[in-house]
Amino acid sequence: MGKRLLMALCAAALLAPAPALAMQPVKIGMITTLSTKAGYLGEEIRDGFQLAIDQEGGKLGGVPVDLLVDDDAAEPEKAKQIAERFIQRDKVKLMTGIVFSNVAIAVVPKVVRNDVIYVSANAGPSLLAGKGCHPNYFNVAYQNDNLDEVVGQYVTDAGFKKVYLLAPNYPAGKDHLTGFKRYYKGSIAGEVYTKLGQSDYAAEIAALRAAEPDAVFFFLPGGMGINFLKQYAQAGLNQTIPLFGPAFSFDERLLQAVKDAALGVKNGSQWSQDLDNPANRQFVAAFRKAYGRTPTLYASQGYDAARLLGSALKAVGGDVSKMDDLRQAIRKADFDSVRGKFAFSTNQHPVQDIYIREVVKDESGIYTNKTLKAVFTDHSNVYGEDCKMD
Amino acid sequence: MLLFVEQLLNGLQLGIMLFLMSAGLTLVFGIMQVINLAHGSFYMIGAYVGATVAASTGSFLLGLLAALPAAALAGMLVEMLVLRRLYSRDHLDQVLATFGLIMFFNELTRILWGRQPLFMDVPRWLSGSIELIPGVPYPSYRLAVIAVGILVAVLLYLLFTRTRIGMQIRAGASNREMAGALGVNIRLLYTLVFGLGTLLAGLAGVMAGPILAVEAGMGESILILTFVVIVIGGIGSIRGALVGALLVGFVDTLGRAFLPVLLRLVLVPAYADGAAASLASMSVYLLMAAVLVWRPAGLMPSEGLGKK
Repeated sequence: MGKRLLMALCAAALLAPAPALAMQPVKIGMITTLSTKAGYLGEEIRDGFQLAIDQEGGKLGGVPVDLLVDDDAAEPEKAKQIAERFIQRDKVKLMTGIVFSNVAIAVVPKVVRNDVIYVSANAGPSLLAGKGCHPNYFNVAYQNDNLDEVVGQYVTDAGFKKVYLLAPNYPAGKDHLTGFKRYYKGSIAGEVYTKLGQSDYAAEIAALRAAEPDAVFFFLPGGMGINFLKQYAQAGLNQTIPLFGPAFSFDERLLQAVKDAALGVKNGSQWSQDLDNPANRQFVAAFRKAYGRTPTLYASQGYDAARLLGSALKAVGGDVSKMDDLRQAIRKADFDSVRGKFAFSTNQHPVQDIYIREVVKDESGIYTNKTLKAVFTDHSNVYGEDCKMD
Repeated sequence: MLLFVEQLLNGLQLGIMLFLMSAGLTLVFGIMQVINLAHGSFYMIGAYVGATVAASTGSFLLGLLAALPAAALAGMLVEMLVLRRLYSRDHLDQVLATFGLIMFFNELTRILWGRQPLFMDVPRWLSGSIELIPGVPYPSYRLAVIAVGILVAVLLYLLFTRTRIGMQIRAGASNREMAGALGVNIRLLYTLVFGLGTLLAGLAGVMAGPILAVEAGMGESILILTFVVIVIGGIGSIRGALVGALLVGFVDTLGRAFLPVLLRLVLVPAYADGAAASLASMSVYLLMAAVLVWRPAGLMPSEGLGKK
């Protein structure tokens, strides 16, 4: 108790002289994907992050901030160059924003070694949660496997025994299926890896029907998911074999391009626009007002990343040279997450509830997700034991 | 067995779609000697215009009717403004310029329509499935795509063999100087040929709209296969494009469908899945390599080429 009081006093002491210094805004570097087909993902993260800044009138945690945004076009090389520029020229101490895991793996280790704190607002590759963990790396979104694990558990609980698996043939595709299989206890009717970026799934769908599974689990992000969902419905299978997947094919922007073909599909997510807590109600309403659309989970992650950084900036009074204090403040996660409960695990990834949602059409004709139940409470990840931080 | 029939149909449908794309590309390539990487952009334009009109009018047919002239006009405009300056240039210049056009059109669609993929549905009267053979329900929309493709093939055949303009196009392909000397307006002919090619791409795009995601950059994924098709079929030959497209459609589909099963007979499942996935994505290129070794000019090379 006494210790906490002391810390509060210290924080107050730090805060007090701050305005007198005529504070330079704290620069936050956001490397994200704004062009290419996947560009909307970065747009969501950026808009969510910006909303938190705008709500405070250009500040986070009472500290003026300057958000530098640059587009990596989903290319690791380009992201590396941007990171270098942020570090060398702009002397950025806080970074965030990378959408794709392969980009994160290329950029993050170098960034955190340069004494920069990186808070991931989306990508959560296993490498950075396990062997590659680092005191300067935080993930405020999820570990990649989480949203598949929850579906595995749900599908098992619901009594499905024979599931067919489908994912693109690249490392993340295999990781996501591994996440599902970690909690799924039944048998596997088939495990198919498709070409990355494939558009026609007729052959796979016919083979799938012939295998007669009682459920299908698929991870096909972006346009691939739209293609698959449409063709699956056109083959009439959405009436007979239920679909499951992680949230990535069911965000509110993709759903408007799929519409009825996605109705009723159950998916795993750590957030949903209908989660009933004050922070979330406020966020969803403010986001709709600011941008005229329903936020996606990526936007919620961007918003949470900003508010987390805000809580830490407040704790150090905007002085980003105090790296130890800053890290400690982030680790506390002393902010109102739009997900409700939120804490960091030892490998600095979220400990949070994870839900199963169902795709529905709301009264105003907008396709969105309805939360069905929390399958995991205070769920973390399995990579903590590989993480040796020192 | 039934599964095999169904997969054959899937292959036929993919092949037909590729034919619509490659017929236009091979025309432009063969007759005008222009490498047009931006062909996929007209596919995208067809899909975007089709989806927009279909969404605002509620009619798929109106979307289709709007998409065709839009793609053709966009094509003719590009021919007049950009390509005309490139005919005498090197192939590399053409590749650079048309690659630039891809980026231009992708960004333009993002500016006009936003980053969000558009929605386009199968028209209600084609939304069910038909049991062609008992036990094989097949989506009627895909059957309609097959029918449209066959119709286009027949129309193109008639156009080239039975009409004056078709004769002029063939003459232009065989020897453009001579055709020009004999009074054919080569300039106009090129614009028309290019417009016809992009119209076909737009048709493919709008037909693909209800099946695929309508999004910026959707043309690039089909463009590569299209180039494979015209290389296999023989550059400049519509008949070659048809044969090549069907071959690619069948090989790609059957590879994806049956390689995993076949490999599981000889390999442990864990390896079989990965190997099958990789082999299936390679199959089309292996086919191309094999054809090129056997017949370097493609299966049905156009007679006119090589006399440039």
